[in-house]
Amino acid sequence: MSTDRSRWRALLVLLAALVLSVGVIACGDDDDDETGAADTAAEAGGQIQSNPENGDVTITVGSKNFTEQIVLGEIYAQALEAAGYRVNKKLNLGSELIALKALNQGEITGYPEYVSTALTSFFDVPPEQVPGDPQRGADQAKADFEKQGLTSFAPTPFASANAVGTLKSTADELGLTKVSDLEGESQNLTLFGSPECRQRVDCLVGLEGPYGLEFKKFTPVDIELRYTVLDKGQADLSILFTTDAQLAAEADKYVILEDDKGVFPAGNVVFVTDQATVNEAGPDYQETIELVQEGLTEEVMQELDARVDIDRQTPAETATQYLQEEGYIE
Amino acid sequence: MTPELPLSVLGLFGEAFEFIFNEQEAQTGTVMVGGPEQVLELAWEQLKITAYALALSLVVALPVGVWLGHLGKGEMAAVSIGNAGRAVPELALIAFMAAVIGVGVVPLTIALAVLGIPPILTNSFVAVRQVDRGAVDAARGMGMSEGDVIRRVELPLAVPLIMGGVRTATINIVATATIAPLAGVLTLGDFILSRNVYGDEGVLAGAICIALLALALELALAGLQRLMTSPGLRLQRA
Repeated sequence: MSTDRSRWRALLVLLAALVLSVGVIACGDDDDDETGAADTAAEAGGQIQSNPENGDVTITVGSKNFTEQIVLGEIYAQALEAAGYRVNKKLNLGSELIALKALNQGEITGYPEYVSTALTSFFDVPPEQVPGDPQRGADQAKADFEKQGLTSFAPTPFASANAVGTLKSTADELGLTKVSDLEGESQNLTLFGSPECRQRVDCLVGLEGPYGLEFKKFTPVDIELRYTVLDKGQADLSILFTTDAQLAAEADKYVILEDDKGVFPAGNVVFVTDQATVNEAGPDYQETIELVQEGLTEEVMQELDARVDIDRQTPAETATQYLQEEGYIE
Repeated sequence: MTPELPLSVLGLFGEAFEFIFNEQEAQTGTVMVGGPEQVLELAWEQLKITAYALALSLVVALPVGVWLGHLGKGEMAAVSIGNAGRAVPELALIAFMAAVIGVGVVPLTIALAVLGIPPILTNSFVAVRQVDRGAVDAARGMGMSEGDVIRRVELPLAVPLIMGGVRTATINIVATATIAPLAGVLTLGDFILSRNVYGDEGVLAGAICIALLALALELALAGLQRLMTSPGLRLQRA
C-alpha cells in the first residue's frame, strides 16, 4: 500500500517538474510575435506607427557577437515590429564574415555593420584609406554593397573603433597618449585581445605592421574579459572599443591611446540588407531603421552598453528602454 | 537551398584536410594560417594543458576517493560530486577564474581540473568499495596493515574502474580544452573559435583534429589500463 502511494507521489512530482520545465523553456523563447494593431499609416516624426500593410513581410534581424551589436539588433528588431512587420531575430551570430555569409545565404534579412569593418574586411580597403567623414564612408560602403545585390542605409550618429587601451596609471607612468608612444616600450608590455586579433589588420597585424611594434607577449582572451585583464594587472595593454561603457563610467581608470597612424578606422553603423527585401518591404523598412537610430549618439550608445555590461540588464530590455525614452514606441 | 548537399559536404571535408596539410591565406587576408606546423603546435598545447589538468585532478581526487572507499564512508558526497561536476558551466568558470586569479595556464588548469575531479573521485570510491570483501578480510587476517591492504589488495583489484574514471576525465578535459584560447592558452580550439579567420574549413579541421586527439588519448589509456590490470583480473573480465 505505502509503496503504491509513494510511487504515485514520485510520478506526480516528476510530472510537475516536467510541466514546470516546459513552462520555463516556453517563457525563455526568443522568437518574436507580430504586433496585432491595425493602426493608421506611416510614421509621424517621433513615434512609430504600425502599418498593417507590413504584416505580410517577414524580416530576420541579425547581429554580430558582442554587446553593442546585440543591443543594436534588438533596437532595430523592436522598431520594425512596432512598424507592423513580422520580425525574427538571429542575434549573436559571430564576426563580420559570418554575418555577411548569413545575409548572402538568406538566413537573415539584415544586420548592423560598421562602415570601417565593411570597407576593410569585405572590400579590401586599407585601413588608412577609410574615409574619415561618416557620410562619405557610408556612401562608399553602400556603392560596394550594391555591386553584390545588397544595400545599406544611412549611418548612425555614433562611430566605434578598436582601440589600444590601458590603465590610466600605466599611461601616466610611461607617458603614453598615442599608439606611436609605444615605440621602444612595447617589447616590455603584454597585449591582450580576442583570439582572432592575431590575424586582423585592424588589430595585432596593424600594430605590428604600420606601427612596427613588437610586444612582449600577445595573449588571447574572450572579448568579455577585456577590462578584467587590465584590472587584474595581467594585461599592460588591452584591445577595447571606443564606445565601451567602462570608458565613460570609469573615465579616471582607463584611457585609450590615440590611433595616430589610422590603423583602427572608426566606423559609423549602417544597416546592411538585401535589395530584394527593400523592394518588397515598402518605405517603412528603411524609414523606421533610419528613424530609431537618430538618437544613437556616442554618449547614448555608451550608456546603453553600460546598462548591459555593467548593470547586467538584458539587451532586449535595454533596447525597449531606449525606444521608449526617445519616444519611438510607447 | 542546397541541392547538392552530399557533394558539398564532401567538398568541405576536402577543404578541411587541405587546411590541415597546406598553409593558406587567412579569410581576413594578409597572414598565412593552417598547415601541419600550426596544427601540431596547437595540438601539442592542447595535450600539455590536458596533462596538467589531469595530473591535478589525479592528485586531488584519487587519494580522497580511494581513502573514502577503503573506509566505506562518504558515499553520498563522492557520488553527488560526481553528478554535480558534470553540470559545471566551463565558460562561467573561466570568467570567474579570470576575475579572481587571472588568465593563463594556471587558472585554466584549475578550471579544467574541476571537470576531471568528479569522474575520478566517484570511480575510485566505487572501485575500492566494490572490491571483494573476502579478499580484504583475508588480507587483514594475514596480518597486513591497513596501508598494505590498500596497496596490495584493494588498488590492484580497483584498477579497471579507476582507469575508467581517468579515461572519462581525460576525454572531458581534452574536449573542453577547446575553449582554452578564451583564457589565454592557444589550442586547436582556435580554429573553431576564430571562424572569421580560418573559415568553415578551418572549423571542421579543428573539430577533426580534436576528435583524433581524443581518440588517440583514449586508445593510449586503454593500453595503459591493460598493462596495469593484473593478469588474474584480466582473465576474469575476459
